[in-house]
Amino acid sequence: MRSLRVLLLCASLASGLAGSALAADPDPSDWPAVTAAARGEHLYFNAWGGSPQINDYVAWVGERVAAEYGIDLTEVKLGDAANAVSQILAEKAAGVTEGGSVDLIWINGENFAAMKEAGLLAAPFATKLPNWRLVDTENQPTILVDFTVPTDGMESPWGGAKLVFFTDTARTGDVAAMPKSTAELLEWAKAHPGRFSYPAPPDFMGTTFLKQVLSETVADPSVLQKPVDEETFDKVTAPLWAYLDALRPALWRDGRAYPQNYPEMKQLLADGELDIIFAFNPSEASAAISAGELPDTVRSFTFPGGTLGNTHFVAIPFNSSAKAAAMVVANFLLSPEAQARKADPKIWGDPTVLAMDKLSDEERKLFQSIDRGPATLAPDELGPVLAEPHPSWVPRIEAEWAKRYGQ
Amino acid sequence: MTQRAFSRGVGLAFALLFSAPVAAGLVGVALPAFGHLPVLGYEGWSVEPFRRLAAMPGLAASVALSLAAGLATTLLSVLAVAAFVAGAFDTRAMRAGGRALGPLLAVPHAAAAFGLAFLIAPSGLIFRLLAVILGWDRPPDLLIVGDPLGLAMMAGLIVKEMPFLLLVALAALPQLDARRQLHLARSLGYGRLSAFMLGVWPSLYRQIRLPVLAVAAYASSVVDVALILGPSTPAPLAVRILEWMNDADLSLRLAASAGALLQLGVTLIVLLAWLGIERLGRVLSRAFVARGRRMAGEGALPALSLLPMMLAAATVLLSLVLLALWSFAGFWRFPDLLPPNFSLTAWERTLRAARGPLWTTAEAGLLAAAIALIVVVVLLEAHRRAYPVRPGDSALPTTVSAVVYLPLLVPQIAFLFGLRVAALSFGLSPSLGTLVAAHLLFVLPYVALSLSGPWAALDPRYERIGASLGRGRAALFFRLRLPLLLAPVLAAFAIGFSVSVGQYLPTVIIGAGRLPTVTTEAVALASGGDRRLVGAMALLQTVLPLIAFGLATALPVLLYRNRRAMRSS
Repeated sequence: MRSLRVLLLCASLASGLAGSALAADPDPSDWPAVTAAARGEHLYFNAWGGSPQINDYVAWVGERVAAEYGIDLTEVKLGDAANAVSQILAEKAAGVTEGGSVDLIWINGENFAAMKEAGLLAAPFATKLPNWRLVDTENQPTILVDFTVPTDGMESPWGGAKLVFFTDTARTGDVAAMPKSTAELLEWAKAHPGRFSYPAPPDFMGTTFLKQVLSETVADPSVLQKPVDEETFDKVTAPLWAYLDALRPALWRDGRAYPQNYPEMKQLLADGELDIIFAFNPSEASAAISAGELPDTVRSFTFPGGTLGNTHFVAIPFNSSAKAAAMVVANFLLSPEAQARKADPKIWGDPTVLAMDKLSDEERKLFQSIDRGPATLAPDELGPVLAEPHPSWVPRIEAEWAKRYGQ
Repeated sequence: MTQRAFSRGVGLAFALLFSAPVAAGLVGVALPAFGHLPVLGYEGWSVEPFRRLAAMPGLAASVALSLAAGLATTLLSVLAVAAFVAGAFDTRAMRAGGRALGPLLAVPHAAAAFGLAFLIAPSGLIFRLLAVILGWDRPPDLLIVGDPLGLAMMAGLIVKEMPFLLLVALAALPQLDARRQLHLARSLGYGRLSAFMLGVWPSLYRQIRLPVLAVAAYASSVVDVALILGPSTPAPLAVRILEWMNDADLSLRLAASAGALLQLGVTLIVLLAWLGIERLGRVLSRAFVARGRRMAGEGALPALSLLPMMLAAATVLLSLVLLALWSFAGFWRFPDLLPPNFSLTAWERTLRAARGPLWTTAEAGLLAAAIALIVVVVLLEAHRRAYPVRPGDSALPTTVSAVVYLPLLVPQIAFLFGLRVAALSFGLSPSLGTLVAAHLLFVLPYVALSLSGPWAALDPRYERIGASLGRGRAALFFRLRLPLLLAPVLAAFAIGFSVSVGQYLPTVIIGAGRLPTVTTEAVALASGGDRRLVGAMALLQTVLPLIAFGLATALPVLLYRNRRAMRSS
């Protein structure tokens, strides 16, 4: 999930194409017709493939939709969702308006904004899916507004995310003594040089850390909900750069190198090189402990003042070669069965997007019986959610970071 | 049709067919580099993409890294191979070296790079040993993997390029009159090493010059090894181009295309600089000869000269052991030397995930290697019949050799993206066919490289005798030439196969992610960083080429177990 700049010229070109494609698209309000059309379709689901747990879960989804709906699902494992966006663009460049190579894609934030602006998405479908009635739109505002961009039914929610921090208590002691804000984190890092780092942006966890610091240090948080204003950018972000300048000498490898991504930070925590790492999935540490990747002394903590949270989605490209199957799979991913399995840390541990009070007693039990594992905070311990800034902030702070620290 | 016309026609058809994708790919990046990308609304001509490229932070450092990697990798690999061949010529070490080459070449670049990281990282084996001795409980905070000078990356490249250059050197040696040249030099009073370096090396180097240039071009534009071992602030140029190409900010593609042209220039500069280094080497050796020193007393030098190659071989083999250990490890804490418990989870996962990719890899590799072998044999045989070759002549028509090595000299990143757009506009969607075609671009040159020497070196008198016994051309070819050249033909096939298995960029770009191979799966899993899975995947990547090299070595021995003279060749 990389930086993006909106291409207005593209949008006008795309809207012309979308009109012609609409006529042949399956209509999700006639659901039996959609499932009938989906039967026998071959679906290429493009998803980040760096996590074996997630790949296993997607493989299970493939087995279930094959048995129930006759859909042949293949996961295309991406190093970065932006690669697929770029591929869809290449197809559009070559005039491939149907039969494209990406049928369903796992995205959010900047990539969604980029695809929406460039007209790379199929017509709205998500709110017409049968399982949409179970979705927790009341308490999870990020389901309807993705990084301040309205989803408009063009992507269907899949799971939630909340920034949490992990530490190995065997090395650092009681988790209650860990930092309670980015300001305290800076003090901690100075007291423990070389034991903290963050992935180099544009890795999305690295960019997330920058956004967390920005959200905590900015004088007026409301400016982050609006597009970047070039005139005030320097003034608004000055506290962020001051923070990073102060942090740099205390970083792992003196800030001369950065971990590539979250998985590398996880490995560095396991090796005892880093003492504090962070992830977007609250049960990630428990999942890693049960997979033998982290010691069982790792515990989670978060900031009482709030950390960033968002929702991740699946979307259908405008030239998807299996739109009916894509809708059926998006709907299946929202089923209580699929959501409860996904929420289990032994499987994946990804927070659900369903509202518990909209489920039947039996469906609710699926979620209540999940063992969260030793290192996962209870939902009421996760702290408040800070809203994601407008997507236009991402490329700007990434470019500025590269200029200051990337050379 | 006369034989000459046939050879010329075949050569020309091949040259056109083979250079077309490279040319199309280059046009495909040249247009956007100068501001022409209609789908994004960019029409007409501008130098704005180059301006944006120039404004990229750290661009100069990226270019410097690529230049340094290209030159240093090539220089050190060539020197090490020269030292080994000089020290080992006509000894048991040479035969042992030849036998160890198969496994060394079978390890794909990415797998070797991962293994090296497991060895030299602060949490790797070397520091675990130190930690046990010095009583550390945490890895030292040292910047080794991903160091800003790219030393780890160059080390990863060198340990893989040395075996490759040794292979081509060993293949070229029999075509020279090396033994007599060496005797002559020694009779003038030179020591073993200096006699070889002054008497044999110049003509040997002429034979392996092209592979050396290919190494220089590859090292200056490498992506997968650089992703694993290279620096990131900033990364070498080719890695950054890939990032820009894949950025969600679609307007960056123009600057990325300009970067691809810059990469082309960087590689060209590396090649030109290498030609300068060649000249310098010539001048220095002449000056040495003119001074008349003989270097007769060498002491331990001949033994020492074997060291770099042995170190590289040991590194790669140790890396393989580490990959294997990690693939079976449970939770393995620093500084434990061995995992405290073992688990099959990584292998279960990997084998389940790799079933499809393994099959695709094998299919694409077999098809690409077979097609490349047939094409190369037809070209070589047509040329040989039309123009009887003398030792030292080119075994391929000039039209062919002018283009066949093009894909090895033009950086992959500079033309593959353009090629994908070109393929899409011809309505070619990703399929096994397009994947094999893309792999052929890189498999064919290696097959040609490894087979043209032996093909020209076979004593023509065998076939003359056969003909005088009344045998037709087909019989001479199938019953004399092919059986006699079985070993090099199989070796060429194995090399072609392993080149296809190791392809990363062509597979992700042309296969569009729909045709995953073990190599693309390994790199994708690497983004998840679990060393257990990386170990299992990297070993799986090594297994297929290893089988191919094993068969290529074993089959001639088995088939010719009753023909002693043919076994030893």
